[in-house]
Amino acid sequence: MEWEWVFQPWPWFVAGPIIGLFVPALLLAGNKPFGIASNLRHLCSAVAPGRVEFFRYDWRARGGWNLSFLCGIVLGAFVAVTWMGSADVAISARTREALTTLGLHDLTGMAPRELFGWPAVLTVKGFVSIVVGGVLVGFGAAYAGGCTSGHAITGLADRQLPSLLAVAGFFAGGLAATHWILPLVFLW
Amino acid sequence: MNPISHVAIEAPAREKPRRQWLVYVVLGMVFGIVLVKSEVLSWFRIQEMFRFHAFHMYGIIGSALAVAAGSLAMLEHYRITALDGEPIGLPAKEMGRGYRYWIGGTIFGLGWALTGACPGPLFALIGSGVTVMSLAVVGAIAGTWLYGYLRPMLPH
Repeated sequence: MEWEWVFQPWPWFVAGPIIGLFVPALLLAGNKPFGIASNLRHLCSAVAPGRVEFFRYDWRARGGWNLSFLCGIVLGAFVAVTWMGSADVAISARTREALTTLGLHDLTGMAPRELFGWPAVLTVKGFVSIVVGGVLVGFGAAYAGGCTSGHAITGLADRQLPSLLAVAGFFAGGLAATHWILPLVFLW
Repeated sequence: MNPISHVAIEAPAREKPRRQWLVYVVLGMVFGIVLVKSEVLSWFRIQEMFRFHAFHMYGIIGSALAVAAGSLAMLEHYRITALDGEPIGLPAKEMGRGYRYWIGGTIFGLGWALTGACPGPLFALIGSGVTVMSLAVVGAIAGTWLYGYLRPMLPH
């Protein structure tokens, strides 16, 4: 079938270029910079700006487009898992082995249920993975002034030196969490 | 004043934001679909990346970067404007002393590996049925708020 590929996982050389095209697409649509993390700031500004100067601005005017984009992401993900087929993630045999050694038993789904199911929130490893991880993502992205989309794709494509520093940090932190923190968390 | 000219002037101004809103929702949906179909939103793929076990994630980020850089060069070379005629430009990131980029970046990286998701996938995971990620989103919003609160005290 010609359309069979839609229901299979997409290879990197299909997905990567499409993601890259969001940079020119958003610029053409309305001179908007591709970057998801700004939405976290807009949400703070909308929900609880308090007396914090960082959140005192017109979030509807500055972030309305990006929050619309964000709603689209949630909808698109729902559409993809509901109507476009889903398979277990085909990670490499070495990764399966490493994760089993780490202490995971169920390697199905998009994220391991032992860490990312509702009951897991009350375990140390689940709480660290979900809540502590979430706080670090939010704090780090705001501090660094961007996330993977804003720095690693948009910023680097625009040859901005600060983005290179940020991306080096992303990887340093990711390696530290994967190889040092995660094994510790699994001791509980 | 003639009421007819009134209508003619106001109508497009009222319609424009609504149409734009839809454009961004549709673009976001395409992004969400790609995040699922390429498995970028999977914790397993992020683990595989940080263990250097597969090329998949590096291929995605690398080719996305190459296409984005090529597109920017083309937009610049042909001096293409946005659809509404506005000149195109990305805001420059201020270097300052650079602390915010490597310290903030490292903190972000810790969270990226622990949740197995950066902000886009964090939201996409909720749509894909991993609803507990809504707690991670609440955490991320709290983390962003904490940064805003501490901002005057942090080195940048």
